[in-house]
Amino acid sequence: MDMPIPDATILAQKAQLVGRLQQVLPADAIITDKIGTRAYECDALTAYKCPPMLVVLPSSTQEVSDILRICHEMGVPVVPRGSGTSLAGGALPTADCVVLGVARMNRVLETDYDNRLIRVEAGRTNLSVSGAVAKRDFFYAPDPSSQLACAIAGNIAMNSGGAHCLKYGVTTNNLLGVTLVLMDGTVTQIGGGYLDAGGLDLLGVICGSEGQLGVVTEATLRILPKPEGARPVLIGFDSNEVAGACVNDIIRAGVLPVAIEFMDRPCIEATEAFAKAGYPMCEALLIVEVEGSVAEIDAQLKVIKAIAAGHDPVEVREAADEDEAARIWLGRKSAFGAMGQINDYMCLDGTIPITELPFVLRRIGEMSQEFGLDVANVFHAGDGNMHPLILFDANKPGDLEICEAFGAEILKLCVEVGGCLTGEHGVGVEKRDLMVFQYSKADLEVQMGVKDVFDPGWLLNPAKVFPLAATEGRRGS
Amino acid sequence: MMRPESEAELAACVAEAQGPLAVVGGGTRGVSLSGEGLCTAGLSGIELYEPGALTLVVKAGTPVAEIETVLAQQNQRLAFEPVDYRGISGVDGVATIGGVVAGNISGPRRVQVGACRDFLLGVRFVDGNGVVLRNGGRVMKNVTGYDLVKLMAGSWGTLGVLSEVALKVLPQAETQATVRIHGLDTAKAVQVMSRALGSPFEVSGAGFDPEARAVMLRLEGFEASVAYRAGRLREILRGFGESIVMDAAQSAGIWQKLRDVKAFHGCDGDVWRLSVKPSQAPELVARLEADAFMLDWGGGLIWARVPEGTDLRARTGQFNGQFEGHATLVRASAATRARLGMFQMMSPPLEAINAGLRARFDPKGIFNQGLMTPRRAG
Repeated sequence: MDMPIPDATILAQKAQLVGRLQQVLPADAIITDKIGTRAYECDALTAYKCPPMLVVLPSSTQEVSDILRICHEMGVPVVPRGSGTSLAGGALPTADCVVLGVARMNRVLETDYDNRLIRVEAGRTNLSVSGAVAKRDFFYAPDPSSQLACAIAGNIAMNSGGAHCLKYGVTTNNLLGVTLVLMDGTVTQIGGGYLDAGGLDLLGVICGSEGQLGVVTEATLRILPKPEGARPVLIGFDSNEVAGACVNDIIRAGVLPVAIEFMDRPCIEATEAFAKAGYPMCEALLIVEVEGSVAEIDAQLKVIKAIAAGHDPVEVREAADEDEAARIWLGRKSAFGAMGQINDYMCLDGTIPITELPFVLRRIGEMSQEFGLDVANVFHAGDGNMHPLILFDANKPGDLEICEAFGAEILKLCVEVGGCLTGEHGVGVEKRDLMVFQYSKADLEVQMGVKDVFDPGWLLNPAKVFPLAATEGRRGS
Repeated sequence: MMRPESEAELAACVAEAQGPLAVVGGGTRGVSLSGEGLCTAGLSGIELYEPGALTLVVKAGTPVAEIETVLAQQNQRLAFEPVDYRGISGVDGVATIGGVVAGNISGPRRVQVGACRDFLLGVRFVDGNGVVLRNGGRVMKNVTGYDLVKLMAGSWGTLGVLSEVALKVLPQAETQATVRIHGLDTAKAVQVMSRALGSPFEVSGAGFDPEARAVMLRLEGFEASVAYRAGRLREILRGFGESIVMDAAQSAGIWQKLRDVKAFHGCDGDVWRLSVKPSQAPELVARLEADAFMLDWGGGLIWARVPEGTDLRARTGQFNGQFEGHATLVRASAATRARLGMFQMMSPPLEAINAGLRARFDPKGIFNQGLMTPRRAG
């Protein structure tokens, strides 16, 4: 994986840049020393690291605006950073960039239950948004696995999803408005406490633009009343195909569970050894969760269990109480940790049409043999968002490269069957060079044209999303 | 009027255009456009429908009615409940899915499940240079590159001409019911709707009819669940007034009328549509001095009828201070449209971005000229 060669003229201006930033920021908001900047050398894609030239930690929209204006005037690239939990390298710095971290901007600005919204600073963590409205039995729906740590800023940048988006949608479906600072320092308001902002849907294109169009400093988010209750059922099958067919039938029956999670045998075995959730040893396992009052849950689960019964399940286990519900979720929630115990792993994120599930799982199994690396599958089956975890040994020379080549083949397979490279993690640097498999040159050109409008100098997170060769003439222009 | 029969023909029409183009699907919204007509109704047909994957891919000129029929056969539907504009606009025609997407047209259920744009998974379109482009796909979760799918929804044909759209569909509800609460003024009505939408009882429509002084709250789902939730809603709203429950047939009728703004059909006057912060609706309504109004989306959507040529925005202000939202001119004479423009002014930096994007997608400026360019106060 290549990154642009650091620009020597920018590096030579470091002292001057620091001097100008000191005029607009308190001393403790600028990190210039080697040890301090090292903390920002990577995000959760730890395979790639590069300390930035310097780091700034603004506390207000005004400070963000000042930083961007100065960097814009001096032609310095800026890499925005939420909590640094990106699995795609979305916050990976270059040696000549300024990392702009929004972690200090974490206040709740307004909670408005009548209009069902909350306005927060963008550095606030995902889970603490729900926490801020929990006392009134409301919650913020998108729930990425990193929700304890990840920031709303990063959620917006990557259009993050989670386990419950089958019913509640992803970030873009729950975002009402933003305060966006453009690269030249201009502060804009898009949307707010109402539905469907006017003009072109800028909110729609900003969400998921990986910090390339502007820096989001505040967000207005839709909050929802908590359901009266929720209950999962665990269903084991003796083949992936049958589990896939069961998912299809559940959806066709008109029941819309809040989540349908899928784990295959390698994943079940690993999580069982790690978390001891008491899962049945079988080829495939579904966790289906429904919501509502006790009677409503009973009725929905009755339909789901009847459908499952038609597919000869090896086990059907309904949570009788909160404890059992927690145990059913325990294995799923510890899946990534369990994998980490066994080995290093790379987590993929392609999406496929769910009708292609059995075929894709079979192909992944065959490829696993060809590449000689094990794969465990755990994913959001209801929406076809797969998370194959490829196990490799980072200390074994060449293993990472084999793993990446394997991963690329899986993602190409996702595209071939009518899916896409990434369902919720984003492109970042990780899948940047695979974009040509999904989009034509013209398709990519029009996307880059959008960045031309927001950030004509290509200073914001410039080396991400698009193949480096495609952006060469634009970056640093 | 050009009427291409394929995407390639559509691309050729655009590439060879000598002047401005007026892009229309079924033309049911009565928007006045200048330029040579370019109709997409010839691009019709369902390309792919997988009920088990909740996905539908259709050519842009496919009639909405045809799609709804095919979905209904599998007990599914377009959950965002597109408004049939023919009654309001007084224009006859066949609404197309491309027109619905281009206008991001969503009905009462928008308040619960999201807008048309939230169900749009992918698009194919022809840009101003006549190049066929693609964004998104047909899967439900996709963050691969920029989301131009959302950008195309609600761009009213100014960025490109849609040739194909992929949509997420949802199961139809087994049944529905409507809880109707009487004797309410606008302020109380918005409170009732906020309370209902803030409850866990999954209200899928919340509207207010000021003539009847009644709030309507729709519940959908399995029979027993609907009955249970109707009971619970009446319980928590008891303090606001008398309520009754309307059965599935009555409920369906109520929501079709509300969705299509039946009250404004066949009468004089301009029609405006305001997207606002629900709690500000009562005060805004008072300022509008409208001949008639109606609330949907729990107060977040105001439909207003005013005498012909009235500049409603002069009464609301520019929505940049006290009030949040925007006003769209839905029905008016060509002269009024030309004078007031259809859409609300935005802040100068946003206007610049909007204009910049239009120039990128349509460098010759031929698509639906002036339609999305708001007028300065006139």
